[in-house]
Amino acid sequence: MSWIPPLLVAIPLLGAAVVAALDHITPTPVQDVLVVAASAATTALAFVLLWHAESHEVVHWFGGWQVHDGVALGVDFAVGPLAAGMCVVIGLVVTLALLYSLTFLREAARLFDALMLVALGAMCGFAMSGDLFNLFVWLELMGVAAYALTGFQVERLGPVQGAVNFAITNSVGGYLFAIGIALIYARTGSLNLAEIGRTLSHGPAGGLVIFAMTLLFCGLLVKGAVVPFHLWAADAYAVAPAPVCAVLGGVMTDIGLIGVARLYWTVFDVPFGHGHAVGDVLLWMGLVSAVLTGAMAFLQRHLKRMLAYSVLCHIGIMLAGIGLLDSAGLAGAELMFLAHALLTAGLFFVAGILHVDHGLIDELNLRGKGRGCWAPAVAWFAATIGLVGTPYVGIYLGHGLIDEGATGPGRSWVLVPLWLGSALAGAALLRAGARIFLGWGEADDPLLGRPFEEDPLERHVLRPLLVAVALTAVVLGLAISVVPGLGQRAEYAAERFRDRAGYAARVLRDQPMSPPQSLPVTIRHTSLDSFLYGGGATILALGLAVLGLYGRRLPQTALAVAERSLAPPIRVLRELHSGVVGDYVTWVAVGTAVTGAAWALLLR
Amino acid sequence: MSRRVRVALLAPALLVLGTLFAWAIAGLPAFGDYRGPYGYVLNRIVVPLRHTTNVVMATTFDVRGIDTMGEEFILYASVIGVTLLLRDESGARRAERRTRRLRSDAVRLVGVVLVGVGLLVGLWLVAFGYVTPGGGFPGGVVLAGAILVLYLIGSHRDYRPFRNEHLLDPLEGIGAGGYVVTGLAALVTGLAFLTNLFGFGTTGTLASGGSIGILNAAAGIAVAIAMLLLFAEFLETYVVPLEPEDVQS
Amino acid sequence: MSYLPYAVAAWLCLVGLAGVATSKNLVHLAVCLTVTQSSSYVLLLTVGYVDHGKAPIFKGVELGTPAVDPVVQALTLTDIVVSVVVVALILALALDAHRLSGTVDPDRIADISG
Repeated sequence: MSWIPPLLVAIPLLGAAVVAALDHITPTPVQDVLVVAASAATTALAFVLLWHAESHEVVHWFGGWQVHDGVALGVDFAVGPLAAGMCVVIGLVVTLALLYSLTFLREAARLFDALMLVALGAMCGFAMSGDLFNLFVWLELMGVAAYALTGFQVERLGPVQGAVNFAITNSVGGYLFAIGIALIYARTGSLNLAEIGRTLSHGPAGGLVIFAMTLLFCGLLVKGAVVPFHLWAADAYAVAPAPVCAVLGGVMTDIGLIGVARLYWTVFDVPFGHGHAVGDVLLWMGLVSAVLTGAMAFLQRHLKRMLAYSVLCHIGIMLAGIGLLDSAGLAGAELMFLAHALLTAGLFFVAGILHVDHGLIDELNLRGKGRGCWAPAVAWFAATIGLVGTPYVGIYLGHGLIDEGATGPGRSWVLVPLWLGSALAGAALLRAGARIFLGWGEADDPLLGRPFEEDPLERHVLRPLLVAVALTAVVLGLAISVVPGLGQRAEYAAERFRDRAGYAARVLRDQPMSPPQSLPVTIRHTSLDSFLYGGGATILALGLAVLGLYGRRLPQTALAVAERSLAPPIRVLRELHSGVVGDYVTWVAVGTAVTGAAWALLLR
Repeated sequence: MSRRVRVALLAPALLVLGTLFAWAIAGLPAFGDYRGPYGYVLNRIVVPLRHTTNVVMATTFDVRGIDTMGEEFILYASVIGVTLLLRDESGARRAERRTRRLRSDAVRLVGVVLVGVGLLVGLWLVAFGYVTPGGGFPGGVVLAGAILVLYLIGSHRDYRPFRNEHLLDPLEGIGAGGYVVTGLAALVTGLAFLTNLFGFGTTGTLASGGSIGILNAAAGIAVAIAMLLLFAEFLETYVVPLEPEDVQS
Repeated sequence: MSYLPYAVAAWLCLVGLAGVATSKNLVHLAVCLTVTQSSSYVLLLTVGYVDHGKAPIFKGVELGTPAVDPVVQALTLTDIVVSVVVVALILALALDAHRLSGTVDPDRIADISG
C-alpha cells in the first residue's frame, strides 16, 4: 500500500499540468470531467490509504533512497491515520468546491481549476510529509496557488489588496520557517523529522533549538492565522470567490496547525517534553485567538469576512486542543477539523449563492432578501448550529474531547473561553441568518461599521448544483459528531501521532507498529460538562444574536452605558485590523518576538 | 496604525528577535565546521552510485527529487497565477502596437552578440548541468534572459514569436507534467516514485546519471519557458504610445 | 570572525523585515522580501561550508577530496525559485493596484478593513 501516498500528490499535480496545457485544445465539458475526476480520484485513494494506515504507518521513501548506514538520505512520506484522515477531508472539500465552481465561474475557468488542483496536491503532500524541507516546499506551493486564486477578481481593488496582504504576510512566515530549517539542519545535520528527533535526544537543547522552534512554529502559525498572525485572513477571505474561500477557510488555514502538531510530536517533544511550556504558550495563543476573533466576527456585516473570523475562532479552539499536549486534546482538534472544514465550506457556498441571487454580500443590505429560499436557509442555520457546538451535532464531539483533555489535568477554566469563542462566532452567524433569511432585526446597525461591496461574478449558474453542493457539505459536517466509532478512532489516531518512539522506529528501522486492538463502533460518550457547556453556548449564541438584531430597542440608559464602555475597545480592534500590510508584518514580527522570548525564558 | 506607532512596535520586536538570533548563533558550530552526516555521506556515495559528477544536481534531481517536483510546480503555478492576475477581461483589443525602434547600432551589435553568447552558455549549462557546474535551473534562466535581450535590442514585435501561447502553454505543461510522469513510470514498475530507472552510464560524460539527465533537461525547458511567459505577461501590460515620427518603416 | 557569516544572515533577515513593514511602495516591498529571503540562503550555505572544502563537483577531481555540503546548495536552489515566484506575483499585483487606484503605496490601497 505504500504506493498510494505519492499518488495523492502526483494525480492532482499531473491533472493541473494536463488541464492547463490542454486549455485551448479540448472542449470544456471534457476538461470539467478531467478536473473533477482528478480530485475525486485523489479523495477515493485517500480513503483507501486511511483504511490501511490504521493498522500500520504507511511509509514511502522517494526515489528508493532508503536509510543508508543509519542516515536518512531521501525524502519520505509517513502517513498515519490522522494524516490520512486529513487528506480525505481536504480531497472532499476541494472536490465539492470544484463541483460548485463548475458553473459559478466561467472566465479563466481552466486556470482556476489548475490552481485548485495544485493546491490539493500541495496540501496532501504537506499532511503526509516526514521531511522538514519537503514540508516547506508544499507550504510554499499551496501558498502560491492560494495567492493567485485570492486575487481572482482583478477588476476591483479589494481582491488586489487581499491578495497582496495574503502573499506578503504568508511569504514572511514561510521565510521564517526556512531560517528555522537552516538552524535545525546546522544542529542535527538532517532534514528527516524522525532523525532530527533522534539526534536532539542526545545533548542539551540550547538557544539554537528554542529559537529554531520559535521560527518554525511562528511560520506555520502565520499560515494558520492565529492571533497575532491572523490579520491577513479576513482581507483575503472577503475578496476571494466563494469556492476558493471554502478551500482556504475549510482546509488550508487549518493545515498550518497540523504542521505545528507534527513538528512538536516528532521533534520538539524530545528536548522540551518534560514540561508544559511549549504547549502552554500554544494554548494561550489559541484561547486569545478564539475569543478575539469570535468578537471580531460579531462586529462584521460583510458575510465572508464574518465567516473568516468564525474560521479563525475555531482554529483558535483547535490550537488550544493541540496545546494541551494530550491525546484527547489532539483527537478533539482532529474531529473539530473534520466537522469545521465541511460546515464552513457549506457556509461559504451559501454565501456564494446569496451573492449570485442578489448581487450582495452585506448582511444589512441583504436584510429580508433571503426570504423564501428555504434550501440555503436550512443549510445556513444547520451549519451554524453545528459550528456553535450544540450537543451531538457538528463540532460538538471534537470540542467535547478537547474539554476532556483540559479537565483531565485540572484545567477546567480553559472551557470557559473556548465555549465563549464558539458562542460569539455562532451568534454572529445566527444574527446574519435571521436578518437575511427571516427579515428580522433593524435595517441598520452602526456597530457593524461601514459597508463595502463586491461585484457578483457569473449569473448563468446552475443554481440547483450550487445548492446541492452546499447541502452535501453541511450534512456531512453535521454528521461527524454521530458517526459511530469515529471518536474512538480519532483518539487512537492521536495516540499514534504522539508516539514519537514508534514513529522513529517505523521510519528509520522499518520496525512495524503493533496493530490496534479492535475499536468499538459506538458513538463516543462525552462528559456532562461538555453537554452543559454546549447547551449553554447555544443559548448564549441565540441570546447574543437577538441582542444583535434588536439591541437598539433597549432603554436609552442601557444603550448609553454599553456604548461608552464598549466603543473604545471596539474602535481599537477595528483599527488593528487596518488592511495595511505594513501593520500586519509588524504584528508578525512582534508575535514572533514575544513567543520567542516566552519560550526562551520558560525553557532555558 | 500611524507610522510612528508602527515603528514603535517594530523596533523593540526586531531588537528582541536580534537578541534571540544572537543567542541561537552562539549555539551554532563555527563557520567551516560542518559536522552533519548528510553532506559527507552524499559526497561519498553519489558518484559511484549514479555516475554523475555534479553531486548538487544529483541531489536535486535524484536524492531529493520530490522537492524539485514541488518546486517545478511552484514555478508552473506562478506562471498560471501571473497570467490570471494580469489578464485583460475588458475585451478591448489592444491596437497593434508599434514601439519605438532602437536607433543605436552599437547597442544592437552588443545585443546580438549577447543573444548568441547567452544562448550558447544557457544550452551548455543545461546540457552539461549534471557533469560540471550548472544545471537545468540556471541554464533555463540564462536561455530566457538571452531571448529577452531580443526585446531590448529590437522591439516588442521581435519578442512576439516567443510568446505564442498555443505553443508555449502545452510545452510548459509537458515540462512540468513530464516530471510527474517520469516519477509515475517508476511507481508503475513497482519501485518507489521517482526512482532512477535508467542505466547510469560512464562517470563524467553526458551519458550518465540515468533519469537525472532527463529530469535536468525537462527542468531546463520548463524554467526557460516559464521565464519567457512571465516576461511576456509583464511586457504585454506595457503600452508605449504610438508616435508617428518614431515609427520606422 | 568565524561567526560573521551567521551575523550577516541575521542582519539581512531583520533589515528585510524592517523594510517590508515600513515600505511605501509595493515594488520596493517585493525587493525587501527578497532581502529577507536571501538571509535564509546565506544561513544555509554558511552552515554547509567545510573548511578548505571544494565544490561538490567531481569532474576531474579525485573522489574523496573534501567538499562542501551539496544538500544546502540544492535547498538554496529551491529557495531561490520560491523567492522569484513570490516576487513575480507581488509585482503583478502591484501592476493591478496601480491600474485600479493609481498608486502602489500599500498604505493607500487599503480598500477593506475592520
